[in-house]
Amino acid sequence: MADLGMVGSSKRSRVVAHIFLILGVLIVAFPIYYVVIASTHTLQTILRPPLPLLPGAEGPANYGEAISGGIGRIGGVSVGRLLANTAIVAVGIAVGKIIISMASAYAMVFFRFPFRMACFWLIFITLMLPVEVRIMPTYKVMVQLHLIDTYAGLILPLIASATATLLFRQFFMTIPNELLEAARVDGAGPWRFFKDILLPLSTTNIAALFVILFIYGWTQYLWPLLVTNSNSMNTIVIALRKMISFADADTPWNLVMVTAVLAILPPVLVVVLMQRWFVKGLVETEK
Amino acid sequence: MATISLRDVRKTYAKAEVIHGVSIDVPDGEFVVIVGPSGCGKSTLLRMVAGLEAITSGEIAIGGRVVNDLEPRERDIAMVFQNYALYPHMTVFDNMAYGLKIANMPKAEIKARVDRAAGMLNLSDFLDRKPRALSGGQRQRVAMGRALVRDPAAFLFDEPLSNLDAKLRVQMRLQIKEMQRTVGTTSLYVTHDQTEAMTLADRLIVMNAGVAEQIDTPMAIYDRPANVFVAGFIGSPAMNFVSGTLEAGHLKTAGGQRIALPVPADQAGRSVTIGLRPEHLQTVDADHPGAMALRVRAVETLGADAYAHAVLQDDSTVELVVRVPGARRLSEGETLHVVPDADSLHVFDAATGARV
Repeated sequence: MADLGMVGSSKRSRVVAHIFLILGVLIVAFPIYYVVIASTHTLQTILRPPLPLLPGAEGPANYGEAISGGIGRIGGVSVGRLLANTAIVAVGIAVGKIIISMASAYAMVFFRFPFRMACFWLIFITLMLPVEVRIMPTYKVMVQLHLIDTYAGLILPLIASATATLLFRQFFMTIPNELLEAARVDGAGPWRFFKDILLPLSTTNIAALFVILFIYGWTQYLWPLLVTNSNSMNTIVIALRKMISFADADTPWNLVMVTAVLAILPPVLVVVLMQRWFVKGLVETEK
Repeated sequence: MATISLRDVRKTYAKAEVIHGVSIDVPDGEFVVIVGPSGCGKSTLLRMVAGLEAITSGEIAIGGRVVNDLEPRERDIAMVFQNYALYPHMTVFDNMAYGLKIANMPKAEIKARVDRAAGMLNLSDFLDRKPRALSGGQRQRVAMGRALVRDPAAFLFDEPLSNLDAKLRVQMRLQIKEMQRTVGTTSLYVTHDQTEAMTLADRLIVMNAGVAEQIDTPMAIYDRPANVFVAGFIGSPAMNFVSGTLEAGHLKTAGGQRIALPVPADQAGRSVTIGLRPEHLQTVDADHPGAMALRVRAVETLGADAYAHAVLQDDSTVELVVRVPGARRLSEGETLHVVPDADSLHVFDAATGARV
């Protein structure tokens, strides 16, 4: 499809390209549109065919009920609490990953220590192991550390990141050695060089990574499911799942849809806000 | 301001020695240029003084204090790098002030120093700009300003002008010289450009393959190069070399030709390399005693001067470059008669390359 866009000269190919593009947009956007629409109808309207495709009048009532906490199905936990939990976890994972991976990349690029390359390869190898492979041992460790049902338990196992470490390593390697030497001559020690020079130069990378990692943290499912027992420690994704029963009629679909909309909003917000930020960073910084 | 002394300084990478024992005493306020071809170890030597490379053996002292084991920041030096190494995210002001901020200098004092340096370097209008909004010459001046504000014991320059175009290089060369004269700070300056070396230096260190071949004033080196390498490296265009055997009153070339030379009689029979600078060959009439007949192969005209690339008419293995006045229009294939200046003849031992 990229090729069609690239050709773009004849009218016919432009039409074909647009048909594919519009189709693509529809496929991606329709479910989200439907979630928003369904969140403004009563349960009865949603369950009775045909599917409503225009906004209904129940929006304020549905949102009011969801937010004011009348959702027995999530175990008496308010949507606000769930969103707060998820935000803490997502921000914790994103910030933690950035700190850990910047620190390890800094060590690997700018310091000479024994087994430096061995460390690099060890981190690199973990890229090949999917999370699920180490999920049972990790769970055991969390149990022994009494971290079940805690934010630490939700966040810590997910903050080591080979991908982010490699990304920062590649970026740090493009920084001219003379910049480091100039800083050394100016009297900057390792910490000052990191804080005054490396960190400001990395803002673009950090912003981009934050967006990706925040969404990664926000959408975590398997690990929060395992490590939380108490409903009050659930994330919004887990809560959504718990709201849905096997029987269609038992599920308050209108409220599920409201919760889904509320679950989508923060990541969208982060993308929109941070996008402006890292475009600015891209334009203004230069090595 | 301080003296710098190097005592038999050596550098070894793995097993290969790249600096073979350099010693020099630089008195306070002197401008010393280290010159040599690529890979001769001149930058390594400078970086050892800066503290960016470890010293394998020997001793470096700045202001009488041995600095072998000190970090760069503890050596009280400032360095100007080839690619400027400005902090891209900081304004010109912050770039210059960074070292002072780290040293916890009061804000007012920092501002006064940066303003003074910016005034000296014509940067006052650019203090709020980021480096990328500056031209190459301006960036170079910021790099110098960063060194200047520190008021260090010594300036270290690592080929600071090689990223600039030819015209700017000449301008900056003068500015560096002027600046160094004004502040009187002891300076070490590395370059591969012998013109830069000649014009800037109070004293020159000519390096080759990790050895300081000669340390002296530019004119002393030009007048009495210690060996064939120094002779060929200093001076532009390079010195002509003719090898052969000395006989009474002349040199017998490998091709069997005899060139009349005022050589001392006691050197007869010695295998030597004779050095003749292009500017020390006088053009004469064909009947002048001892005139060498040359065949011109190519002419480079520079305006005031022209350089004739010629070979000995009877032995085309002997190539000579001769400087002639630009007004004299030479053409290829023409015959040119020259005699060497008796006072400016350099005789080197053929085997060791050392001056005889």
